[in-house]
Amino acid sequence: MGDLLHNPTLPGTFPGLAQKINGAPLAYLDNAATTHMPLAVLDAMREFETTSRANIHRGVHTLSQRATDAFEQAREGLKRFVGAGPSHELVFTSGTTESLNLVAHGLSDGGTGRAYLQPGSEIVVSGLEHHANLVPWQQAARRSGATLRILRPDAQGRLHPDDLARLLTPHTMVFAVTACANATGERPPYEDLLALAREAGALTVLDAAQATSHEMPRLSTLHCDFMAFSGHKMYGPMGIGALAGQRRSLERLTPLRLGGDMVTWVTEQEAEFAGLPARLEGGTPDVAGAVGMAAAAAFIDAIGRGAIDLHLRALRAHAVAGLSALGGVTVIAPHAEQSAIVSFVADGAHPHDLGTLLDERGIAVRTGHHCAQPLLEHLGLGPTTRASFAIYNTHDDVERLVDGVARALEVLR
Amino acid sequence: MSTAAEQLYQEMVVEHKRAPRHFGTLPARTHEARGRNPQCGDDVQVQLRLEDGRVADIAFEGQGCAICIASASMMTDAVLGRDVEAARALQQRFRAVLTGKAEPGDADLGKLVSLAGVRRYPSRIKCALLGWHALMHAIGEHAETAEAHTEASS
Repeated sequence: MGDLLHNPTLPGTFPGLAQKINGAPLAYLDNAATTHMPLAVLDAMREFETTSRANIHRGVHTLSQRATDAFEQAREGLKRFVGAGPSHELVFTSGTTESLNLVAHGLSDGGTGRAYLQPGSEIVVSGLEHHANLVPWQQAARRSGATLRILRPDAQGRLHPDDLARLLTPHTMVFAVTACANATGERPPYEDLLALAREAGALTVLDAAQATSHEMPRLSTLHCDFMAFSGHKMYGPMGIGALAGQRRSLERLTPLRLGGDMVTWVTEQEAEFAGLPARLEGGTPDVAGAVGMAAAAAFIDAIGRGAIDLHLRALRAHAVAGLSALGGVTVIAPHAEQSAIVSFVADGAHPHDLGTLLDERGIAVRTGHHCAQPLLEHLGLGPTTRASFAIYNTHDDVERLVDGVARALEVLR
Repeated sequence: MSTAAEQLYQEMVVEHKRAPRHFGTLPARTHEARGRNPQCGDDVQVQLRLEDGRVADIAFEGQGCAICIASASMMTDAVLGRDVEAARALQQRFRAVLTGKAEPGDADLGKLVSLAGVRRYPSRIKCALLGWHALMHAIGEHAETAEAHTEASS
């Protein structure tokens, strides 16, 4: 039961974690919501801000060129990180939510042309999704007159390709699925699901927010038109994310943000839009954020996603075993062994009360619906308590979690 | 050694959570409202029988965390038999204490003072106020059914 933290590159690397909460050392187990940043990321952002800060693209002065180079290097670094091929492009956004909105809006609003989605079109979205990969599709369906269909999971919260095959029709224009369900840790067979949907002629959308800091197939091997992910869930900064995808699919999107940098020629009455990636990046981007996100990707690659996942799976298995041994505690999706998420419910103890009592002992977990109300309702559940692990967590953190839950149950029952 | 949060839960709250008072429905109700906090799943229905501006009977049911249920339960004890105006005033004093605008010792809260510790947990204040929001909605609007929502971030 070794801890990755004993890797010589890690101690002292995460300044945000070296603190006490309510008198106890912080055990930060809310990583599916936001991970902490290593010094390498903080240093890269500081380096940019102190040596290269200027607006990008339009300037001819030295700092503007440095900033442009830093931004474009970040783009290239992240394309390599996700395994993009020559047919792929990557645009920066504020995060997964904006990326998914960009896709759903861009396919349902034609701007001055004809929208990709039309009355009679069908959109299929999985029932595992975070609200960020559901609500934009609800709106896209309303805006375009398309029909929204849900690929429902089974009673254990698993998705099955056979079920998708039955839902696909010649009218299916979009299929959207998560690479890892944030509320349960479920890892659907998204490679097969995306391939099936692509074969049926649909554009395919992958919410990879919970996946990019873990082992996952290279983007170039997936039948994926759009992949959305966030910096702050992969040891990078908040407020930055990306939409990577097939260039020809990204070109279909009607831009959401109109303004500077995304146009080539503007008259008083009309404008010609620029090509990718500028076309989808109107306005001044978060350049330091992009630099930090690329530094986070490099940090992950230096340690190795295989080594990280080995550690996280051991922590999750430890937590599942410990929590399941407590009376009246049910772990959701215990079969999701590849996941770094353990979500659970306890008889006679509401998640919010557990969360408050754990926080009193310095243990940070997330409680509630995890922005996935339809999934929890489908599974017959209300709010849950969710612990989620990252490279800096230890087996001692897991012991403290299990002890803290046991103690809270004594208080509450 | 128990922590401050454990003391909050031990004193009165858990007892009311285990055995909430006036839990159920009122067949002869004159007013009712529902309070929901969709993000955490708290959902409380408050029903009243008002007679001559007085709370002649009250009941609540629903689901929620210990703080939500205990607060609603203590609320039913506190307002039963009192004038609507007195209930409204008590809600305002309770709210003022939880939001830090009044001190617990100055607010004449009765048994509700055992929930004053919630003021140290800003994310939980909405839990303690949910039943009260529903009560205010029920007596404030003389509609048959009114719905009170509280907002919370995810």
